[in-house]
Amino acid sequence: MRYLEEFADPDLARRLLDRIHASVTRPWAIMEVCGGQTHSIIRHGIDQLLPEEVELIHGPGCPVCVTPLESIDRALAIAARPEVIFCSFGDMLRVPGSRQDLFGVRSRGGDVRVVYSPLDALALARANPDREVVFFGIGFETTAPANALAVHQADRLGIGNFSLLVSHVLVPPALAAIMESPSCRVQAFLAAGHVCSVMGTGEYPPLAERYRVPIVVTGFEPLDILEGIRRAVDQLESGRHELENAYPRAVPAEGNPVARAMLRDVFEVTDRAWRGIGVIPGSGWRLSGRYRAHDAELRFDVAGVRTEESPSCRSGEVLQGLIRPSECEAFGRRCTPRTPLGATMVSSEGACAAYHRSRRLEAPGPAGG
Amino acid sequence: MGHGGGGALSAELVEHLFLPAFGAAAADAGLGDSAVVGVAGGRLAFTTDSSVVRPMFFPGGTIGDLAVNGTVNDLAMVGAVPLVLSTAFILEEGTALADLGRIAGAMGAAALVAGVRLVTGDTKVVDRGSGDQVFITTAGIGVLADGVDLRPERSAPGDVVIVSGELGLHGVAVLSCRAGLEFGTSVASDTAPLHGLVAAMLATGADVHALRDPTRGGLAATLNEIAGAAGVGIELDERRIPVPAEVADACGLLGLDPLQVANEGKLVAMVPAVDADRVLEAMHRHPQGRGATVVGACVEGHPGTVVARTGLGGTRVVDLPLGEQLPRIC
Repeated sequence: MRYLEEFADPDLARRLLDRIHASVTRPWAIMEVCGGQTHSIIRHGIDQLLPEEVELIHGPGCPVCVTPLESIDRALAIAARPEVIFCSFGDMLRVPGSRQDLFGVRSRGGDVRVVYSPLDALALARANPDREVVFFGIGFETTAPANALAVHQADRLGIGNFSLLVSHVLVPPALAAIMESPSCRVQAFLAAGHVCSVMGTGEYPPLAERYRVPIVVTGFEPLDILEGIRRAVDQLESGRHELENAYPRAVPAEGNPVARAMLRDVFEVTDRAWRGIGVIPGSGWRLSGRYRAHDAELRFDVAGVRTEESPSCRSGEVLQGLIRPSECEAFGRRCTPRTPLGATMVSSEGACAAYHRSRRLEAPGPAGG
Repeated sequence: MGHGGGGALSAELVEHLFLPAFGAAAADAGLGDSAVVGVAGGRLAFTTDSSVVRPMFFPGGTIGDLAVNGTVNDLAMVGAVPLVLSTAFILEEGTALADLGRIAGAMGAAALVAGVRLVTGDTKVVDRGSGDQVFITTAGIGVLADGVDLRPERSAPGDVVIVSGELGLHGVAVLSCRAGLEFGTSVASDTAPLHGLVAAMLATGADVHALRDPTRGGLAATLNEIAGAAGVGIELDERRIPVPAEVADACGLLGLDPLQVANEGKLVAMVPAVDADRVLEAMHRHPQGRGATVVGACVEGHPGTVVARTGLGGTRVVDLPLGEQLPRIC
């Protein structure tokens, strides 16, 4: 099956768009939660094809964007140690800490490696028993199972030189925090399909009920996103607020039971700081007591590294949909993709970087970066 | 590190460090693929290129053929007929002679195919740990026929954008066997010399404005450079850009944009619309241009910016990649 092409079929997309156009009668603000969805929306220009009444707000689901400065600084401190091989997913390398990024550590002699799976980092640890191998475990419920598996295997195989720097975050508490904000503008959510493929959909009906907000579990290809939007608009127009699953080919209601069991074993819920938003209670995972020996934060004693965010970066308000990136005073001036103040300007799916790119079309003249 | 990725950071290094430091000695230096130098009785093209690709052996080629074809193609992109190349090796102590022999053999074979001679060279050995097995720098000289004037600055609104064939093959072939990322694919590098194709295009008499080979940074970087140099906007029709299914799949998996992936045997041509048909016809008759197709056009609007119309009918800005391509998390 030509999976990627079939779910981008222009004729089917047109039909979904027609239905959205036909059903909408008034303005609605819908937040797509996941950065992968934001990427797809920008990549395919979906936002420009929607009725002007439908506003998409880019949500906080970009792991690069929400990993707090403090975690980055801790990663940098660990990565700079001579005995450490520091492994990370590629797009974390350019995220600025308070003084430099992982690229900077690497060019000063730090052994920083891009890996594509935490299990690759585990293999490195086995192959280099005289070194300390640390994997930067960031992301949502999607990246967590593989990280949990790596720690579980390290423990089972007695690979003592492998540890995880954990900065995992959880989607449902973030949605609650957004809805609790007094200036919240979000009227419906496209929930992150891949998070739900792990965790199932059980966490969302209570949120939909409590905040009277439609939640549609949505995939990532253009047709998936349009179908998610169509269902959200339908609910909004008819005054419903339910959980709907528009991504059933990947999301069973119970999620992935094996992965969930592994997560329950390896992690426990903790309060977690989100970049630009602050601490959200119960919004993250840390290693459970049984696996604490593999916690890089304890092993390298970096818990004391404390960092404040740049006071002029308003990415927290952007991530919550409270302001548009262009309403930030630093946007396009002090803050560009080359000189980002916050991670939303770093990641290609960050709302600020996306705005910065498309702004060039509206304002002819020198591009700011 | 990103300063070698062929994106915005590479350009900054040249513009803000090398050119100011070189001062008056580089007053005539341009940012094209090759310099064109007037000599008694004609014009020469001169270029140099270093190859540091890892791994050194990949489906469809080696660092050796890449070093030869890369320099041949830099000459071809200004319309020159490549004549002679120099080859300089920096070898790390302990590099296997068998590997070196295989690389040198590939260079000889590539030179033969391209019809260029390897006329001078140099070899240095550095301590183990000071290099990474084999680095190759080649320089090349070619001659230009009278009247040939290919420069990105000549691109103008009304030009069409032609690519010579399928994109993304080299980058995906190399990624597919890079340590830690091995994945099964039938994709092989497209490394090939392009001056024969260029000669066929110029022989039509068409007023080709500019040629570039979209290597590091891919079509996105190349078109951004052209748009910036010429002060024009470029509009692409994404549905017409030839990306093979295997490349699209690999890029989808890794979160890469196929338009930012490297090619080593493809060119981009900026051609006045009136000349497009005969240039395309000539390209289709050449083995390196069978898949040639128009993918977009130069426009008056949004100067310096490349925009793609997506398959769904939306638009997106096609950005200059900042540095190294980094696989995305989600």
